[in-house]
Amino acid sequence: MSDALTTVAVAMFAGAVRVSTPFLFVSLGEALTEKSGRINLGLEGTLVFGAMSAYAVSYLSGSPWTGVLAAGLAGSVFGMAHGFFCRLPKVSDIAIGIALMLFGTGLAFFFGKGFIQPTAPRLQAIDFGFLTSDPQLKVALQINPLFFIGLALAVVLWWALANTRFGLIVRMTGDSAATAKAMGVSVDLVRFVATTIGGFLAGVGGAFLSLYYPGSWNEGLSSGQGLMAVALVIFSRWNPLMCVAAALLFGAAGALGPALQSVGISQGYHFFNAAPHILTLAILIASSSSKRSLKGAPGELSITK
Amino acid sequence: MPVPRGAVATPQVVEPPIGPRVRIEPRDGAAGPRDRIAEPHHRFAPPPPGDPPLTAVDATTALPTADASARRRVILASVEAVLVPIAAVAVAVGLFSVFLVALGKSPQTFFELLWRGGFGTAFSWQNTLTRTAPLIFTALAVALPARLGLMIIGGEGALVIGGFAAAVVALPFLGVAPAWVILPVMFVAAALAGATWIGFVGALRHARAVNETISSLLMFYIAVAILNFFVEGALRSPADPNKPSTTPIGSENMIGVIPGLEVHWGLAFGVVLAIAAHVLMTRTTFGFAARVTGGNVRAARAQGLPVGRLMIAACALAGAAAGIAGFFEVAAILGKANASLVAGYGFTGILVSFLARHNPIAIPPVAVLFGGLAAAGGLIQRRMGLPDATVQVLQGLIFLTILLSETVYGRIPFLKPEGRR
Repeated sequence: MSDALTTVAVAMFAGAVRVSTPFLFVSLGEALTEKSGRINLGLEGTLVFGAMSAYAVSYLSGSPWTGVLAAGLAGSVFGMAHGFFCRLPKVSDIAIGIALMLFGTGLAFFFGKGFIQPTAPRLQAIDFGFLTSDPQLKVALQINPLFFIGLALAVVLWWALANTRFGLIVRMTGDSAATAKAMGVSVDLVRFVATTIGGFLAGVGGAFLSLYYPGSWNEGLSSGQGLMAVALVIFSRWNPLMCVAAALLFGAAGALGPALQSVGISQGYHFFNAAPHILTLAILIASSSSKRSLKGAPGELSITK
Repeated sequence: MPVPRGAVATPQVVEPPIGPRVRIEPRDGAAGPRDRIAEPHHRFAPPPPGDPPLTAVDATTALPTADASARRRVILASVEAVLVPIAAVAVAVGLFSVFLVALGKSPQTFFELLWRGGFGTAFSWQNTLTRTAPLIFTALAVALPARLGLMIIGGEGALVIGGFAAAVVALPFLGVAPAWVILPVMFVAAALAGATWIGFVGALRHARAVNETISSLLMFYIAVAILNFFVEGALRSPADPNKPSTTPIGSENMIGVIPGLEVHWGLAFGVVLAIAAHVLMTRTTFGFAARVTGGNVRAARAQGLPVGRLMIAACALAGAAAGIAGFFEVAAILGKANASLVAGYGFTGILVSFLARHNPIAIPPVAVLFGGLAAAGGLIQRRMGLPDATVQVLQGLIFLTILLSETVYGRIPFLKPEGRR
């Protein structure tokens, strides 16, 4: 029994590291976008399209890192589209997000049809297995470099938002468009750039899905992970460092189903697979409030106004 | 009331003791309050610069021109409301044609197949209308909360839960009770399950300020997990070894087709429900309060409207509509609950509602359009060697152009009312 528990615990630790990476990238991108005062719900579509383009480019070029770059660029195109459309008067950022979510997944399925069969070269993990003699831990310590890039990015974003001119302008735009205008800052341009970078990061997150874990391209690759990452940003109070912690938590929840299956518990695995969704909902309920405004919430954000 | 009704409707001109004559607007008629509430900006906008100041005008001469101008505005607004979406769809079709040409496919063949597969023959019409029915319900599930400013995108979840509830509640009655008992029970179960499902989303929004767009989509994934858990487990029928399903309700309990149309009764019910929703939103206190809330929540609160209860009620109605879609899928098409319930009607319904500009009365015709698109998908896939997601790409493009078209309302020169150029 304790053996099984250890297995599940180790698998969940490994899963937390492995599954969290796409959450981390999407939530960092979304944190930046939301800090500038817009919400991009289309990141789910960006994630799926990023996954498809990464897999396709990796297969065609033979280089997985080219695939990652392609996914990022594809993602930034979606970000640009969102940023550009939302500057038009009377166009809602939430509705455009929903449309881009449906359009992005549709386009990904359209172009991805031919890439479900072939096997593309995948990203290699960095092996930290030498740190331990435990065979299970050895597997768990194979960590993808993208995870570390994501960690570094979180620290950089946290620092940049707090300490740089760029960060100040983004936060000002997000808190009060009127102030930004008075200071001579182009609100639309700032949000355009923030959404484009956000799209780039979401695309990279998608590349991780198709090129590392689960490591193949199919139409059921992402079940709402892009959208969960948006919820995760609210839970993290728009703080990039908190995004890391939240992503790890979600990763662990996402790893629960496969971990339990690995020790032979398959009863109710549908619910364990829905664990991240249930957790997200529970966290949203627990961490939102209709009485007070959320700490760190950008003043211009439509969903917290 | 002792006052005769006619007295209220006549325009009244009062002579104030001091000062110029003041015009009191009529309380009924073509430019009555009802019409102006539907287009709030007409009522609250400052008077056009061309018009003379209100107080200095003699009522008897002012009224006809005011009437004509208001009527003109209403007509122009209607023309705009029809022209703009048509133009938006045309732009999307144009972009999609470019997309097809870039891929070396013929747009002409595509639209010919779309016509043939969706509307060309009696059979394709039957196919189209069968898909129209659930789209009407799921679009209503988006439109009703949208009028309050709530963006529910998890109608698919309520459809799944409604269909599942209908199939489960029928189980103890099978072989015991006649169809006229089973079907109403299934219907009520589906509507209640859907209402609870999305009503919960509305309650979360009210009580905890949880964003309804995100929570409703999360609830969709949870709904699918619930369906699969029971259908592959405790409630799995041994009758179907290939596809895990609940016990079939049996052909004797299935809903029949509308005579002459060969489409199940869900279509007729959907049209009736859309009309009922229109009446609800435009002719009742609830609808009025809902539209005030959608226009400005703070104003609604200041007026003392029960905003929270309105939100929960609208969400529950929306969920009930989506749940009824699930009921008809089970009772008229599938005969049981299984993974086929997750067919994407809930997501296409979002698009239908946006294209209808959340106007319930416009939903059935728009739903026919997208029902045809869905019906022709298979034919296009086979004949042109295109992936099944082709229709999804076209839908996504239409969705985008429709949203972007919001920006041109009131900015088209030849549709602007006089004096507001």
